[in-house]
Amino acid sequence: MDYESVRSFAATWGLVALVIMFLVAVAYALWPRNRARFRDAAHMPLRED
Amino acid sequence: MRVATNCLWVGLFAAVALYGLLVMLRAADPGFVLHGLLFLAFGIAAAAFTVRTALTPEPVLSGDGPNYNTAIVRAGVIASTFWGLVGFAAGLWIALQLAFPALNFDLPWTNFGRLRPVHTSAVIFAFGGNVLLATSFHVVQRTCRTRLAGRITPWFVFWGYQLFIVLAASGYVLGITQSKEYAEPEWYVDLWLTLVWVCYLLVFMATLARRREPHIYVANWFYLAFIVTIAMLHLINNAALPISFFGPKSYIVWAGVQDALTQWWYGHNAVGFFLTAGFLGIMYYFIPKRAERPVYSYRLSIVHFWALIFLYIWAGPHHLHYTALPDWAQTLGMTFSIMLWMPSWGGMINGLMTLSGAWDKLRTDPVLRMLVVSVAFYGMSTFEGPLMSIKAVNALSHYTDWTVGHVHSGALGWVGFVSFGALYVLAPVVWQRERLYSLRLVEWHFWISSLGIVLYITAMWVSGIMQGLMWRAYDSLGFLEYSFVETVEAMHPFYVIRALGGALFVAGAFIMAYNLWRTARGDIRETEPLQVPGAIAPAAA
Repeated sequence: MDYESVRSFAATWGLVALVIMFLVAVAYALWPRNRARFRDAAHMPLRED
Repeated sequence: MRVATNCLWVGLFAAVALYGLLVMLRAADPGFVLHGLLFLAFGIAAAAFTVRTALTPEPVLSGDGPNYNTAIVRAGVIASTFWGLVGFAAGLWIALQLAFPALNFDLPWTNFGRLRPVHTSAVIFAFGGNVLLATSFHVVQRTCRTRLAGRITPWFVFWGYQLFIVLAASGYVLGITQSKEYAEPEWYVDLWLTLVWVCYLLVFMATLARRREPHIYVANWFYLAFIVTIAMLHLINNAALPISFFGPKSYIVWAGVQDALTQWWYGHNAVGFFLTAGFLGIMYYFIPKRAERPVYSYRLSIVHFWALIFLYIWAGPHHLHYTALPDWAQTLGMTFSIMLWMPSWGGMINGLMTLSGAWDKLRTDPVLRMLVVSVAFYGMSTFEGPLMSIKAVNALSHYTDWTVGHVHSGALGWVGFVSFGALYVLAPVVWQRERLYSLRLVEWHFWISSLGIVLYITAMWVSGIMQGLMWRAYDSLGFLEYSFVETVEAMHPFYVIRALGGALFVAGAFIMAYNLWRTARGDIRETEPLQVPGAIAPAAA
């Protein structure tokens, strides 16, 4: 495993993997079914005590 | 199970004490002998505390509430305030040293080179770190509606962290340093912090695991990212081989430009995950709490979180523009820094817009104003940072006071103000007081410190840009126009202004310390005419 192979792996598959992970996170945030749960979560600091 | 854990703790503390004793007997370096003594004292005290705690029965739940561990948060508020005063005062001293070098006193222990890391570590790790400990332990309990996990472990995290601070700061003064910026502590202090940090992570995750809420609130995500990433950065950047187990000196395993890149990967992510992610956790809990408004957009907070995590980790190389670092890596660092504009401003907008419907509170509540101004400073310094990471701008700004000004607009304006706001919110809650001792004093703190910050950063902008322009000025024959000492002379007035700004900031912090102390004692300033929600109506005259 030399420098070149690590670098090319990082610049191709590493990039693809990170972009997909990020898109999954964005999809989770915007998924319509999660809307109610997030509206509820936004009130969490106000609920306690 | 409990008995076994307690025995394990006592064994660990005994080992720490024994190691301290061995160091005291065998070390040649006087500073290291002192550190041996500190390890010995800590080991004995911690073992005694563990035995005493094990022998006292667990406190019985009062009522049906979650029985929050507020004692640890109180300790964190006190430690934050104390270290804040130390760190800000150290900063004022070295600012005065730059303006008036006689204040170095010609002593090794008080020269600028040794006191500067005392200042940076005291404000970042001692003040900021204790604020993060206190607020994270508070927020994770309240948003998970459960008591903090562990009985000994949270206190080990707290006191172990204080020992780390004392070891680091006393080491710098005595000349024990590995000379990596913001990572100056030597190998044994790094190992100690690793132990403390792993326990911190365990306490935090165990508390999340026993939560009575289905969803993990976003502030906890930021705290968790801060804890995990700092562990990773700390381990890799501090990979070092000690010369001896009874000597403080070690050598870093990385060499040359790899060491430089590792250092700034660490250094910039200390900014990104310690001073940003952790304090964004504070923002996402304390601004909604104080404004009594829900987070403006919870979806945006999730995108903010993941975008910040994915982008920040690549920005470090912008500290190494025009060095031996390969050009592509410099460009990579610059590009990711510029992309950071998006999550930074997304987060800032989310924090500010949380006030929609409650903007009028800014007029009457100086604590909320402090929190909101901190977010404005966050937006300003995260606009300035990417700008300065652009190579052409960096050619002018790098190594000048502009960098110092930029750091302080983030540190004083963002980290400082959001911390002060959080401490002002926390103190009445954890001491179970009706309200703060005096909101008037918060007003004074706010305006004095704001004026101090403005003086500080404007002085450094002018001084830094002037310095950069003087360095690159050529005359008609191609010779440098100014000698180095001429730039120093030209900067002197701005150094005096900077020290003045720092003095105001320190004064504000002392006002806060007084106010928090009176609040903790349970005093309320009777003559206060300010009306705030929850305040007692003034008695009829």
